[in-house]
Amino acid sequence: MNIPAELRYTKEHEWIKLEGNVATIGITDYAQGELGDIVFVELPNVGDKLEQMQAFGTIEAVKAVSDIYSPLSGKVTEVNSALDDEPMIINSDPYATGWMIKLELTNVSELEQMLTADGYKELIG
Amino acid sequence: MQEGLLIYDKSVSGRRGYTLPDTESGETELLDMIPDQFRRNEDAELPEITEPETMRHFVALSVKNHHIEKGFYPLGSCTMKYNPKRNDAAASLKGFECHHPLAPCSSSKGLLELMYGLMSDLGEISGFDQVSLQPVAGAQGEFAGLLIMQAYHRERGDSRTKIIIPDSAHGTNPASVSSVGYTTVQIKSNEQGIIAPESVAEVMDETVAGMMLTNPNTLGIFETHCKEIAEIVHFHGGLMYMDGANLNANMGIFRPGDVGFDMMHFNLHKTMSTPHGGGGPGGGAIGVIRELGKYLPYPVLEKDDKSELFFNYDRPHSIGRLHSFFGNFANMVRAFAYIRTLGGKGVRRVSENAVLNANYLKELLKDSFDLPYAGHCMHEFVLSGNRQKKKGVRTFDMAKRMLDFGIHPPTVYFPLIVQEAMMIEPTETETKETLDKFIETMRTIAKEVEESPEMVTGAPHNTIVKRLDEVGAVRNLDVCLRS
Repeated sequence: MNIPAELRYTKEHEWIKLEGNVATIGITDYAQGELGDIVFVELPNVGDKLEQMQAFGTIEAVKAVSDIYSPLSGKVTEVNSALDDEPMIINSDPYATGWMIKLELTNVSELEQMLTADGYKELIG
Repeated sequence: MQEGLLIYDKSVSGRRGYTLPDTESGETELLDMIPDQFRRNEDAELPEITEPETMRHFVALSVKNHHIEKGFYPLGSCTMKYNPKRNDAAASLKGFECHHPLAPCSSSKGLLELMYGLMSDLGEISGFDQVSLQPVAGAQGEFAGLLIMQAYHRERGDSRTKIIIPDSAHGTNPASVSSVGYTTVQIKSNEQGIIAPESVAEVMDETVAGMMLTNPNTLGIFETHCKEIAEIVHFHGGLMYMDGANLNANMGIFRPGDVGFDMMHFNLHKTMSTPHGGGGPGGGAIGVIRELGKYLPYPVLEKDDKSELFFNYDRPHSIGRLHSFFGNFANMVRAFAYIRTLGGKGVRRVSENAVLNANYLKELLKDSFDLPYAGHCMHEFVLSGNRQKKKGVRTFDMAKRMLDFGIHPPTVYFPLIVQEAMMIEPTETETKETLDKFIETMRTIAKEVEESPEMVTGAPHNTIVKRLDEVGAVRNLDVCLRS
């Protein structure tokens, strides 16, 4: 299982990469494996303000449709529009080209609540 | 589309499957009798093919397909039981088949008697006072029920907004909730796989319009606290809806109307043996307690003071009309024939045998697969493929492997609260030999996962088509005959 050490994680199987006060968010390798082939991703609009744990989009796999929750509060500055045409990038490259949104954080300290790579590894056993 | 698969590909210009006597007047003259605005601009594109070739074409297709008349079909929550042919024969009687839906009640008496009889039988089976046969699908029954809930609260000047739904519910429940403008409050099942009254009490208040509960639930487990749950919901002024998808476990044994449910839908196409799959036609009749009867969809079949049946359109409190005419009539004929063929005791035996068959399979499969919720099940049960997943084989792969043995896979990956779920519903119509063959197949597959997993991950091997591009089917859906 691929769990990059430099990222932070959530119990809902998202990863967070912080650069300055901008967080890039996606779903983990484990999550994409559980979901199976992803056929559609619905993302928020640039400029949308998200509260921590607010649903910001949906991810539709062959098996089921799931909500995606924002692990942190902030303003959406960028969304990965490549996923509109090729959502399966998330399956093949969840931690890099399969990113979903970038958030300008309003409360950077929320990051401390996120799991470390070791913590996440323990969670998924 | 593969070449040669369509009947159009077999068409040869001028070939016919019929002969007609010569017309005394010419064909052109006949056409002249049809005014221009009613004539096609070009010929209809119909296949030209002989009768035997037509028969071969469709028989060949039916052989390629999997269906209940060809093999075991334990698709959980769908109740794919065998549909006795006498029900089809009844629905094909000329008096039913050729009757026009706009014919007056005075010349439709037999049909109305049948509908009335079915309404009364469904009322007897469920314990509800009034029944509407109009909804044509389970989800439409849910929609109707929720509209009734809404009408009930509105009349009281009560603007409630929420519906409680367990996490094991069918996906149609929250979808129907959303369709009528309510929002869903989801509650968790406990370790036994059922809803504890405390979890309902925690979220139930004066903003909740009601609760939807499936009993037995989608884990195949009986919700033993349903009466207590209904009391909690009623105490706060809410109504109880029962999703009747799993009625096949209850008939003649448990009547939802007796324990505090206020309404339910029936899936005539599941429980009452009407052929289904492929999207219809369905029968989603609903039953309600007397107090809610005035909200039922109109027209309502009633008896006048001379005991003559008529359709009453004067229903000021009705939620309105849900379907053209009176619902899917042919389904009603089949359901009525089914119930009356079996009789009260027979209907109870259906449920007893459905439960017995499911428990038999569960007991003999629980050593080969994980069984997350042990104990007695009702008409279906849910296994988990987690043990096999550790060997790199998913439930999806095992489902494909079953096809090689001529078995339709069970429902997979549902309910969502069980990982790698396989939801198995054998139904009452299968013999012990068929059940034993299924057990043997499942054990063989479990063994293959241990010894030669590639047999399973590479399946199916013996089917006409191999693994399909499921992503392509969702993303690039093309239902046109020709591009």
